[in-house]
Amino acid sequence: MQDVDFIVIGSGAAGGVVAKELATAGFRVVVLEQGPYLREKDFTHDEIKFNFQSPLINNHKLQPNTFRRTESEEAKVQRSVGYGRQVGGGSVHYAANYWRFHEIDFIERSRWGAISGTGFADWPITYADLEPYYTKAEYDLGISGLAGSNPFDSWRSKPYPLPPMPVKSSGVLFERGAKKLGLHPFPAPLAVLSQPYRGRAACVHCGFCARYGCEMGAKSSSLATVIPMAVHTGFCEIRPDSYVRKIQTDDAGRVTGALYFDRDRKEVFQKAKAVVLCANGAETPRLLLLSKSNRFPQGLANSSGLVGKYLMFDTGGTAEAMFEHPLNDFKSVEATRLVHDFYDADPKRGFYGGGGMDARFNFNPISFALRGMPRDMPQWGREFKKNLAEYFSRTMTSMSHATCLPLEQNSISLDPQVKDDWGVPAIRVTFQSHPDDKANAKFLLDRQLEILEAAGARKTWTHGVWDVTASVHLMGTCRMGNNPAESVVDKYHRAHDVPNLFIVDGSSFVTSGRQQPTCTIQALAYRAADHIVKSARVGKI
Amino acid sequence: MDISRRDWFLASIVAWEEIASAQKIGPSALHHFDAKTAAEIEALVEQILPSDETPGAREAGVVYFIDRALTTFDHDRQEDYRQGLREVQARRQTLFPESQSIAKLTEPQCIELLQAVERSDFFQLLRFHTMAGFLGNPSYGGNRDHVGWKLIGFDHKMFYQPPFGYYDKEA
Repeated sequence: MQDVDFIVIGSGAAGGVVAKELATAGFRVVVLEQGPYLREKDFTHDEIKFNFQSPLINNHKLQPNTFRRTESEEAKVQRSVGYGRQVGGGSVHYAANYWRFHEIDFIERSRWGAISGTGFADWPITYADLEPYYTKAEYDLGISGLAGSNPFDSWRSKPYPLPPMPVKSSGVLFERGAKKLGLHPFPAPLAVLSQPYRGRAACVHCGFCARYGCEMGAKSSSLATVIPMAVHTGFCEIRPDSYVRKIQTDDAGRVTGALYFDRDRKEVFQKAKAVVLCANGAETPRLLLLSKSNRFPQGLANSSGLVGKYLMFDTGGTAEAMFEHPLNDFKSVEATRLVHDFYDADPKRGFYGGGGMDARFNFNPISFALRGMPRDMPQWGREFKKNLAEYFSRTMTSMSHATCLPLEQNSISLDPQVKDDWGVPAIRVTFQSHPDDKANAKFLLDRQLEILEAAGARKTWTHGVWDVTASVHLMGTCRMGNNPAESVVDKYHRAHDVPNLFIVDGSSFVTSGRQQPTCTIQALAYRAADHIVKSARVGKI
Repeated sequence: MDISRRDWFLASIVAWEEIASAQKIGPSALHHFDAKTAAEIEALVEQILPSDETPGAREAGVVYFIDRALTTFDHDRQEDYRQGLREVQARRQTLFPESQSIAKLTEPQCIELLQAVERSDFFQLLRFHTMAGFLGNPSYGGNRDHVGWKLIGFDHKMFYQPPFGYYDKEA
């Protein structure tokens, strides 16, 4: 396809949705994806390959990034950003937790007040604006869950299309402990099919979910859902192994297309009437900064100077517990029960922050042997082996998913020295958690331990709360807003500075919610695509 | 981000082809270590996961797994093994000047030797390879007869049906 209406850069949670919506509306779309086009046959249960060689994420040897905590430090090469790098992006290998944000997530600045030294702000849209698109995402992709089971959930216009996944022993025990404490556990909503849905088979509970691709196509990734729908229209070409290095613009300040390296590292220019950038919260700002020109000397869409700023990372903590009888939690999906009682921030706690917590098993056999056992027990030898045999089947995890305040100094920028294997400037990450984020993670960790102990655990343990230096949730770096001086995109994801450039992925987030961003990324993508289609049809792009 | 997810994406990355080639070599043949070196490595990994009433690193074929890893997906760790083993041998000679080899140490001596080096990068590499060779996919040459999986109660089927665990019935 030479003459196209739209280039979509990135084929993950957002890009897949946008491509499908635009192609279904009859526009000609080319999707440029950095990574390969893998199929279900490429996904196996091989832990050595998928857990320790990580072929489904960006390769740090070929695409290094640098890291520093503050702008005054020298950035060093240190892996800090992780994202899915294949057709389907991170939706291929994620744990498939599919939480809607709550109403409060969009208006928290108004409710809580300002937090000095931060960019804490309301979103330019509300939950009500996004609700129809949450519903559309749930039905289009196939989400399993139980409406009404979480008393802290915001309203919804329709129930989930599929019943929740069967509960695992970790979920039963978490529910037991939570109820004893007067909390309100509920079935985890998951982007995994509990029953056959629209021609796709249901989950067979193989247990190789997070960090793996689904060999059944039962995980509702972009690869298994919207990408085939997009291709089926005949209007969408998926072009894998296509690594965009620059978005080109003309003298009028409009986007003309994208320059990318093909599989043989040959430079190719693809022309288009408009570009939708869905490359994730790290690669999106990088590409905008790389796309500077005489007309856009600070980088494309960056008149505010905020491209790359307000980076928000995956924040939370994990607790482990061991019980008397086998849970066999290595089977089936990762998480089956959640608690949202501490979701809202509460001034009585003495800090800003809130979060959700889940019951899951976080390991495969090798990873459990390496780091699943309590640290106060031997890590090798006769005693270790005896304990390992007892603990593997009897251990569960609770993970919290917590707020991460947007700080202007936390950012994605271009490293002045380090380049990737293609010779393109590498990502430089600057990140340091706000003290409230740490206090909140610690608060949640204490609640997780209380629940696990109330459940009757024989032993509980944690790794504590640590400095966040790396993340697979990449949010906030092209925040949306009504004021072009304080945001990068408008509330429909159109770049304030460039009429035919749209940016939709985790970078659009104004605040972090309580992590688990994929559901909201996809709802935003459906909403953005709806608006792009309407605008394109009346010639307003 | 949780510990395992963080470690997962901080892990080294190699090409898919290298992983595939690790699964094609036949069993029970050494391609990298000579027999004497293999015996020294085996003596070490046997103390990391000992054979007792249940099979350990020896029965799982961990040394063959390591040998194969060092000619395929972990070929860039060969020098780490050469250097690491040299350091362990030096430590052995300090601790037990009369000894001839690691393989000829008594069990308590070998444990003492490992305790003396357990903070080293080489020990961590050896421990990682021992766990991977004990609990990884048998196509890599370790975990023979699924001895590792049997020990921990991982039955490795392609699919399961609920109930999955003891407590499911409470639901």
